[in-house]
Amino acid sequence: MAVFEKGVIFEGVDTADSSCWSLAAYQARGGYTALKKLIEAQTPQDEVIAEIKNSSLRGRGGAGFPTGLKWSFMPRSFPGDKYIVCNSDEGEPGTFKDRDIMWFNPHALIEGMIIAAYAMGVKRGYNYIHGEIFEVYERFETALDEARAAGLLGERILGSDFSFDLFAHHGYGAYICGEETALLESLEGKKGQPRFKPPFPASFGLYGKPTTINNTESFASVPFIIKDGASKFLEAGKPNNGGTKLFSISGHVNRPGNYEIPLGTPFATLLEMAGGMKDGKKLKAVIPGGSSAPILPGDVMMDLTMDYDAISKAGSMLGSGAVIVMNEDVCMVKALERLAYFYHEESCGQCTPCREGTGWLYRVIHRIENGLGRPDDLDLLTSVGNNMAGKTICALADAAVFPVRSFTKHFRSEFEYHIENKKCLVDHKWF
Amino acid sequence: MLTTESLAKIDREVAKYPAAQKQSAVMGALRIAQQEKSWLSTDLIEFVANYLDIPPIAAYEVATFYNMYDLKPVGKFKITVCTNLPCALGGGVAAADYLKEKLNIGFGETTADGKFTLVEGECMGACGDAPVLLVNNHSMCSFMSKEAIDAKLAELDKLGN
Repeated sequence: MAVFEKGVIFEGVDTADSSCWSLAAYQARGGYTALKKLIEAQTPQDEVIAEIKNSSLRGRGGAGFPTGLKWSFMPRSFPGDKYIVCNSDEGEPGTFKDRDIMWFNPHALIEGMIIAAYAMGVKRGYNYIHGEIFEVYERFETALDEARAAGLLGERILGSDFSFDLFAHHGYGAYICGEETALLESLEGKKGQPRFKPPFPASFGLYGKPTTINNTESFASVPFIIKDGASKFLEAGKPNNGGTKLFSISGHVNRPGNYEIPLGTPFATLLEMAGGMKDGKKLKAVIPGGSSAPILPGDVMMDLTMDYDAISKAGSMLGSGAVIVMNEDVCMVKALERLAYFYHEESCGQCTPCREGTGWLYRVIHRIENGLGRPDDLDLLTSVGNNMAGKTICALADAAVFPVRSFTKHFRSEFEYHIENKKCLVDHKWF
Repeated sequence: MLTTESLAKIDREVAKYPAAQKQSAVMGALRIAQQEKSWLSTDLIEFVANYLDIPPIAAYEVATFYNMYDLKPVGKFKITVCTNLPCALGGGVAAADYLKEKLNIGFGETTADGKFTLVEGECMGACGDAPVLLVNNHSMCSFMSKEAIDAKLAELDKLGN
């Protein structure tokens, strides 16, 4: 676990200090003053939401949807139960930022969720945590106990009329539960199979009640925005791309880990922060936003800045900020085969185009990699992909198709070479 | 079928959810049951379902959908190794090959002495720490070089005696 550069969420957090995650440590660095400020001033809910809107905070889970706008969709006059849910089901290959947030600074997330509950008039919330990081789940539960004991959660928070309680729920090995409606199904104790939308969670969410779901990093950015102001957050990034963002860097760099840097930072700078390319090898390709984001050639990446708009203009997605770096020794067929296997394994099986299509993609790529590729296999991959993308309930099918399309577009010659010569164009080495 | 300690833990899970939504506790309850018994037999799944007042099939659906539940006996130590792309680039595949060689088993197999089961896992959300292993679902081991794997296996081997 490693956090290197720091911005909004990790500012002042001494990750080398084993108690940096505690309530006392969080309060010592100004934690919970944003919440106290709201409660003491009895700030109107609209003002809190306006502040989040002004900050240009965009959803950090992958979609980049404006957080303030999402909060405004919650029917505030709804008479019955309403929920907020945090999506900490971080399983997108390449992404490992929420784990570090909850491990080193869980109270930032808790305070962010309390403020969200205040703004939307919600009394109960859940944090759905990826099952594989069970030790993080246990620490988060301890942090919740601390907050409860200090009167920051539960009935009449800090002596006010506002009550809210928050609980942790763990997954147990299903990538699909990172999809928000699959997550809700799972939270209800069912198989994590996505729901058809509409209705959207804001009107029909957890237990059929209005629900707002945000990513861990989005919620954890909220205390800063309320404490220091939307403009300070916005200034930390670039217009329409407010704030700093956590980038998880993995693959062939000298210092893999999390980097919290202003949106709009050049990729070249980020690569340098991560210690540059391992063993001085040449950069071949980068997946800039988690395994579902289209891959980009290294030279294209070197000219890009890391923000939603720039990456999207180049034909990929900033996604969750997971940057997977590959050097010249990687065979692109082999790399894609690995991802195709993952989506095939993780398809929930509900929609036929995805259940069957992910298997087709994997098997065709597998046979190309193993010297059994046929001349029309690249056309077959395109055809299968076209019958999957946009034809299913959730985006997992699209997520499986994007890498196939982008790998075969940017590195077509490697695939063709494989089919013709029954072997890799490069002398493949994983690391 | 479960100890009072496990049942108390399940009760704490149930208390997290609205009274009419006991089914929400099924994931936690199955995890607690598995922690005690090491794997989930059909009888155990049914027991959990009855404890939560939900149909056995509802609990069985959950147990079969999520891949960290074990529906067959596993070794004393189940080692899951991530071989997904980001981990592979950080030595995950090499770590898996080394484990297979050291334990002399393939994925999905258990050593003859019943101590170790090796499983190929998918993304654990810890790619920066590759190679990553998970021991018995809950204990994550980071930066598992050959030397670190040797040390870990020796430690577990001793614990398993």
